[in-house]
Amino acid sequence: MSTLTYAGTPVEVDPEGFLQQPEQWNEQIAAEIAAEAGIDQLTDRHWLVVNYMRDTYLESGSAPSIRTLGKSSGVPIKELYQLFPKGPAKLAAKIAGIPKPRGCI
Amino acid sequence: MTDQDGSAISKLGPIEKVSVIVSKGSLEGIYPGLIMANGARMEGIEANVFFTFFGLDAINKAKHEHVKVSTVGNPGLHLATMAGAIPGVSALVTRKLAAEMEKLDIPPIPEFVELIADSGGRLFACKASVDLFGLSEDDFIPQVEDVITVGEFYGLAAGGQVIFT
Repeated sequence: MSTLTYAGTPVEVDPEGFLQQPEQWNEQIAAEIAAEAGIDQLTDRHWLVVNYMRDTYLESGSAPSIRTLGKSSGVPIKELYQLFPKGPAKLAAKIAGIPKPRGCI
Repeated sequence: MTDQDGSAISKLGPIEKVSVIVSKGSLEGIYPGLIMANGARMEGIEANVFFTFFGLDAINKAKHEHVKVSTVGNPGLHLATMAGAIPGVSALVTRKLAAEMEKLDIPPIPEFVELIADSGGRLFACKASVDLFGLSEDDFIPQVEDVITVGEFYGLAAGGQVIFT
């Protein structure tokens, strides 16, 4: 476990940069993580997914599958992959400040 | 190849592309390939899926809702061969497994292939098998991009990993 500084705030991250304590997250941190991943501007559509991801994790203790993300986040699968080309479930989780999802689906 | 502290490392870097071959037509024969392809897309890895022989059932409009677990000659089920052959047993086992998969959020086959296509995975049918079974492109779901030869498949797979299931 190591510490990184985003938006002036030190946060605990795993070796891949996923926040380990979701309460350390804020929207500025999200924007900086996104920029690091090549997403310069988080649009409303990105936020829809990121917030859904975060809310689901905080409510249920686990991140949604890509199937659920496509069905329930309000953003269909095709667009999810356009918004987060390097893998929506993983990248949205990282931006949302929650631990890396470990599901296979 | 291992590094100094003995852990395995790859000198080739991360996998950028996988081409998955689905060659079997039973439920347990089709799912692993679909899971590998979808899992690749989830990691941002390019994915091609090549359906051949009875694996074509996964993309066959008339058949992909009716794919069943093979209950005869399937030692993994620990079911006597005679019992597995009783009419209805295959359907029953399939229903039970499908219910378990739904709990894990694993989609049914028709939805799963659509999910992979929507995720940017490319679906192809094997020409030799299509000819053998007297099928045509119209028999397949619209997400199937093309009917291709083995040679064309290798062309698509070039530079990536091939996974046979």
